[in-house]
Amino acid sequence: MKADITVDTKGLACPMPIVKAKKALDGLQPGQIMEVLSTDRGSLNDFQAWVKQTNHELVHHEAENGVYKFLVKKV
Amino acid sequence: MEQQKEKTTIVLFSGDLDKAIAAFIIANGAAAYEHDVTIFCTFWGLNALRKDESVLVKKNWLEKAFGWMMPRGANKLGLSKLNMLGMGPQMIKHVMKKHNALSLPQLIELAQEQGVKLVACTMTQELLGLKDEELIDGVEFAGVAAYLGDANQAKINLFI
Repeated sequence: MKADITVDTKGLACPMPIVKAKKALDGLQPGQIMEVLSTDRGSLNDFQAWVKQTNHELVHHEAENGVYKFLVKKV
Repeated sequence: MEQQKEKTTIVLFSGDLDKAIAAFIIANGAAAYEHDVTIFCTFWGLNALRKDESVLVKKNWLEKAFGWMMPRGANKLGLSKLNMLGMGPQMIKHVMKKHNALSLPQLIELAQEQGVKLVACTMTQELLGLKDEELIDGVEFAGVAAYLGDANQAKINLFI
């Protein structure tokens, strides 16, 4: 699945990954996909909670070498 | 029809650096959750909203004394624990930088950028002699009724 935008928050601490993701998502159209990269250990739980509450869709997530990758579909 | 936005309010009573950081991180997170966020600053929490430069305003001697004794702005706040005459805050600021965490002034700026409403409690402003001009731009001025008006519709209301 190809992302329409990639938000790189690697190295940034809480709450920046969510704040940056929110800003990027605001600029997308419904149905578009945002990819977020993060090294914040809390971000796995953070993104799952955030996507649920804001009614978007977490299409995919994975962790590789300490980098979390999330694919969020704007609803 | 657009959904009514959720609300979050925080009363920032404390003027401690660590507590103010926590308050502003939660506020920024809630703003990212698309909540309407209000931070109501009262008593020592008002010091987080002070400009860091001295502002020429008319004050009586007691107000002047308060002004001197209290930290002037977000960058001057002390820690609630391990303050060690100001060494603690320097250490915390150092590790925060190392971990790429935003400083309190940056968190405040980000909050304003995200539309978080910063409110100064006018009653305690008067007690402590803090004039409107001494607080950062963009702050609103109100009392308990305005706060309760916001809190009434909010699911998350914190007192820090």
